[in-house]
Amino acid sequence: MYAFRYHRPDTLDAAARLFGECEDPRYLSGGHTLLPTMKLRLAAPTDLIDIAHIEALKGVRVEDGAVVVGAGARHADVARSPGCGAAIPALAELAGMIGDFQVRNRGTIGGSIANADPAADYPAALVGLGATVTTDRRAVPADGFFPDLFETALEEGELVTAVAFPKPRRAAYMKFPNPASRYAIVGVFVADTGAGMRVAVTGAGPCVFRVREMEEALTRDFSPDAVAGIAIPEDGLNSDIHAAADYRAHLVTVMAKRAVAKALG
Amino acid sequence: MTITATMTVNGEERSGVCEERTLLVTFLRETLRLTGTHVGCDTSQCGACVVLIDGDSVKSCTVLALQADGRDIQTIEGVADGDELHPIQQAFHENHGLQCGYCTPGMIMSALDLLKHNADPTEREIREHLEGNLCRCTGYHNIVKSIRAAAGKMAGAGA
Ligand SMILES: Cc1cc2nc3c(=O)[nH]c(=O)nc-3n(C[C@H](O)[C@H](O)[C@H](O)COP(=O)(O)OP(=O)(O)OC[C@H]3O[C@@H](n4cnc5c(N)ncnc54)[C@H](O)[C@@H]3O)c2cc1C
Ligand code: FES
Ligand code: FES
Repeated sequence: MYAFRYHRPDTLDAAARLFGECEDPRYLSGGHTLLPTMKLRLAAPTDLIDIAHIEALKGVRVEDGAVVVGAGARHADVARSPGCGAAIPALAELAGMIGDFQVRNRGTIGGSIANADPAADYPAALVGLGATVTTDRRAVPADGFFPDLFETALEEGELVTAVAFPKPRRAAYMKFPNPASRYAIVGVFVADTGAGMRVAVTGAGPCVFRVREMEEALTRDFSPDAVAGIAIPEDGLNSDIHAAADYRAHLVTVMAKRAVAKALG
Repeated sequence: MTITATMTVNGEERSGVCEERTLLVTFLRETLRLTGTHVGCDTSQCGACVVLIDGDSVKSCTVLALQADGRDIQTIEGVADGDELHPIQQAFHENHGLQCGYCTPGMIMSALDLLKHNADPTEREIREHLEGNLCRCTGYHNIVKSIRAAAGKMAGAGA
């Protein structure tokens, strides 16, 4: 890791001000993506701004039919939150499937979505539930938050402060994990929401995407059989040492079927 | 640049000079000379470096010493009570829960965190909890047995 300066602001204002003053800064949350990247010298910021001590970013609360997760909430906090477990059990379960126990004790939702790894789990929940990302500047709907591989709608220095997940009627997440890292080879989040049916896929493509054909089929008939015959094209899907594109395409249908079955209880 | 990090380690306030980029595991091993915490992979995979920060098990190869500044750290050196082994340590000893011992400090710190949240874990829950702790020797079987035995003993002792 190359040398850098370390800052620990207490407030959002102080963090944003520091970001503006430093040469090539990065926010540091749980560090479980950024520090490994810096060890590999794939990132070499001049300054790390540790946002883990900002009170405004902490906590998971249930408000007006939505679960609001602070950007600094760790995966373990979401997995164990009684409020989230009662309102959106699929979200708590998804958080409990990320990495391993120690990763969940450090990694945060803000870091996960700002990083936008194509195999990350949270993007499926954000798009699957039609969540809203709040930043220190504005609110961004999840549908427009993940435009491409490792890209987000965030501007330079913009800080995610929270994510609000509306409570669905029923929902479930199923993932086919990489057996070593537990990242999603394919993960499918299915939700029957007040604002329609949503099927969001992570791991399969460069970034999370929705499968409209499955959403329409589930609107007509919310059953595993409704999606069983829907194959998605392999064009543009990821192909790597873990799984080829045609295998990922196949897994999307299998995971969607299982997620619907799970949502039905 | 050098900087001073201060934290409570195994109940005692400890300070040391390090760099901003010094990892917590390096600070513990090289600055404080607490070499019980091991480095197996340095890539957050193996769990040999697990310590507790404010009671939560974390991989100290993926935490900066400065992120732990002001926090409460427990390492394997702080687990026994003087010469008396902790029930988890004793159970590893009695159930052959280790062979070379390289992964053992991490396994024990991880087990401490498990038993804090779940005093009576099933075999399956123990195996799931150890997802992030790799052992190249034992085949895990006796590690799982050790943790089950420790849970039983700790429950019996009302601990
Ligand atoms: C062994 C291992 C296994 C893992 N397995 C999985 C898995 O199965 N599924 C999965 O989804 N993830 C997995 N992860 C990733 C893990 O969830 C990361 O913790 C997470 O992706 C990043 O969160 P962080 O808080 O650690 O972010 P950091 O590493 O601190 O930051 C990541 C990036 O986000 C930026 N950032 C952080 N917070 C904010 C914010 N509030 N606003 C704007 N930008 C911000 C940082 O500047 C940085 O660029 C794994 C990681 C490891 C090490
Ligand atoms: S040395 Fe930290 S996880 Fe392997
Ligand atoms: S006892 Fe040798 S690595 Fe576990």
